[in-house]
Amino acid sequence: MTNVLGRFDFDVIAKWIRPGEKVLDLGCGDGSLLRYLKEEKGVLGYGAENDPDNVLACVRNGVNVIQIDLEAGLSGFEDGFFDHVVMSLSLQTVRHTERLLDEMLRVGREAVVSFPNFGHRSHRAAIAAGRMPVSESLPYQWYNSPNVRFFTMADFEALCTERGIVLRERLGFDGESAVTEDLNLNASVAVYRLGRAQ
Amino acid sequence: MNKATNSVGEVAPQRAHFDTPLALAGGAVLPAFDLVYETYGEPNAARSNAVLVCHALSGNHHVAGWHADNPKNLGWWDNLVGPGKPLDTRKFFVVGVNNLGGCFGSTGPISDNPATGKPWGADFPVVTVEDWVAAQARLADRLGIDSWAAVIGGSLGGMQAMQWALEYPERIRHSLVIASAPKLTAQNIAFNEVARQAILTDPDFHGGHYYEHGVVPARGLRLARMLGHITYLSDDQMAEKFGRRLRQEDLQFSYDVDFEIESYLRYQGDKFAGFFDANTYLITTKALDYFDPARDYGGNLAAALARARAKFLVVSFSTDWRFAPERSREIVYGLVHNGLDVSYAEVESIAGHDSFLLDDPHYHALMRAYFEGIRT
Repeated sequence: MTNVLGRFDFDVIAKWIRPGEKVLDLGCGDGSLLRYLKEEKGVLGYGAENDPDNVLACVRNGVNVIQIDLEAGLSGFEDGFFDHVVMSLSLQTVRHTERLLDEMLRVGREAVVSFPNFGHRSHRAAIAAGRMPVSESLPYQWYNSPNVRFFTMADFEALCTERGIVLRERLGFDGESAVTEDLNLNASVAVYRLGRAQ
Repeated sequence: MNKATNSVGEVAPQRAHFDTPLALAGGAVLPAFDLVYETYGEPNAARSNAVLVCHALSGNHHVAGWHADNPKNLGWWDNLVGPGKPLDTRKFFVVGVNNLGGCFGSTGPISDNPATGKPWGADFPVVTVEDWVAAQARLADRLGIDSWAAVIGGSLGGMQAMQWALEYPERIRHSLVIASAPKLTAQNIAFNEVARQAILTDPDFHGGHYYEHGVVPARGLRLARMLGHITYLSDDQMAEKFGRRLRQEDLQFSYDVDFEIESYLRYQGDKFAGFFDANTYLITTKALDYFDPARDYGGNLAAALARARAKFLVVSFSTDWRFAPERSREIVYGLVHNGLDVSYAEVESIAGHDSFLLDDPHYHALMRAYFEGIRT
């Protein structure tokens, strides 16, 4: 899906990627991140998308895009082929979260994921007031949301622990400002760098 | 679309003669040969804007526009090629060529064999995709084209676009492989074999030397084409287009046409048998069956693709079961393995294999976007 939060997470993701790396961007939207990484870091990038309009937008953006259904997994890609597999603000839109995380760390040395944190204080307040949260990071109504999984940073970290996924780095943002205290409460968007134990 | 404003208009085929012998994959050597071709648009000063359009089984060099003597016969990819069309002839110099072994003017079974003074007929050697590309390279030399901005083709034409990237990696910058495959499946070869048997067992075939007998194996060619047409359409599209609709009000209780689909297939078969050469059909289906660049690499397609340097666009169509999306994905993953630039789109379409010739808006938007991104 298209990044609804602007591009501030691009900078964070770009910091973790070294020049010339091989990068797979899952749910790459219109290819903006890949284009950014290509121009700034000279990466060899491929996007994966299943939305025809986004595939077309990627071609217009001059980035590689492969039309596949992420729910069907990444079986066409080889083990460890990519340095980084990125999923920017799309993890909440796939049903088979566990399998996809495993697949990301099968085809990539490291995974970078960002997602809207359902645990943010404004979302908790909305629920406490009896309504599903609608915010800058969760801009949809319950009936038209492309999101199918709703989870907090704490939920995500628990899953990683269970799946033997190592959290190498994590960052939280509220709007465009970095959050340092109690991320699960204060961050509206979380960004993680993930790996496997050596 | 206004025919007059975005058509390449009236065009005339040209002929190139080549005297240097061409050694063919099957071991034969053609001492000399002709290729008939058409061009659209103008080459730029550096001749870096040339695009080769490769035809499929029944196609030819007449890709766009019309001929003075037959204004209704638009080129087979006229909806794609022209000024302002996705493959824009204001930017690109587009070349269409009739392949070796063809029946539209290039040297083939209906040409005279210089050794006998009679038509080659069945003695014309079986040629392969590799041979076609080698012959096309001679034409590129003749036209002063060092490197194609792009080579594009659908189906069997896509195999040629792929082969260009393997055989002449330094002479092709973009390869557009549409509704194609890295090799045919057993099922696909099986369809071709039935088509060939229809021709080979036609009493008018005369071992391929039917020209001397003043006949053509029209029955066999007609059956071959009818079979082909079934496989080019999807079940859904046939249901939508024909269903069980009857030609007349009631069932005929005879073997004349009852259903519209029968009428359609008979019409297509008759039409095709009226202009296409049976020996060319045999050769072309063999070229399809033989294409398998991974064969020399123990079946490892990724290893075969390692030579390529071009950027690729691979497109498949959701209901194409003759050249299924899965086959296109094999190409895509083989290219990714080699770190080559590739984009892949699987276009939603009801029209089966024939989709690649239609002007679905999303498909053509993709083609337009990709061609716009090609630097000349």
